[in-house]
Amino acid sequence: MASTAPAEIKAPEVGEVTDLDRAWKVIVWNDPINLMSYVTFVFQKLFGYSLDKAEKLMLDVHLKGKAIVSHGPREKAELDVFRLHEYGLWATMEHDT
Amino acid sequence: MIRRDRLTGEFQLSLSDENRAVLRHLAPQLTELLEDPGHPVLMRLFPPAYSDLAHVEKQEEYRHLMQEDLVARHREELELLVSTADAKTLTEEQLQAWTRALNSIRLVLGTYLDVSEEDESRSPTTPEESVYQWLTYLLGEAIEALSGQT
Repeated sequence: MASTAPAEIKAPEVGEVTDLDRAWKVIVWNDPINLMSYVTFVFQKLFGYSLDKAEKLMLDVHLKGKAIVSHGPREKAELDVFRLHEYGLWATMEHDT
Repeated sequence: MIRRDRLTGEFQLSLSDENRAVLRHLAPQLTELLEDPGHPVLMRLFPPAYSDLAHVEKQEEYRHLMQEDLVARHREELELLVSTADAKTLTEEQLQAWTRALNSIRLVLGTYLDVSEEDESRSPTTPEESVYQWLTYLLGEAIEALSGQT
């Protein structure tokens, strides 16, 4: 009997999921130099957040050490990181889990 | 020190000649440092984009694509700060560029001085610390003026 074993189909591994499929989050970290009022101002300016929301995020940065300020696909997250760097904020991006 | 003119929407700058000279003196120094974006004192201007240092390739890609633009932006703002250092009034756009330039200078000076949050209330003991505190004050004024217009 001829063997008709199907060609082996490899299931994609978790690590192979492309970056395009994955969401990223943008984080702003606390630092001793940037002013609280400046950070609040930048959040309002860049993301159109209300004063309340911008102040809450700023306080998270100041008191908890960091805050998530935006989410999105890699390209959008990189652009947000770049805009925050233009303003001198300490921003990085990581996978949104 | 910085006040919005309700009629024109522009911002009036009342700074002494000495203060304006300080700005004209500081900005070109940072412009010169920008020749080497990898200099350790500039680390706060060019932080890595990825939290996870294992993303080496992505980080390199980001730096390759974006760093030149970021350097160019800083240069433009510093040049604007110098060219408008003697201005009596600034447009909103110009004052926003001022805030970014002032903040960049503070970041670099603060990195050089290795400031911590506890230093805020300390009296300055060196000329650099005095300049740093004055920049903090001036930036605070600029943000207050820009925020007060909503």
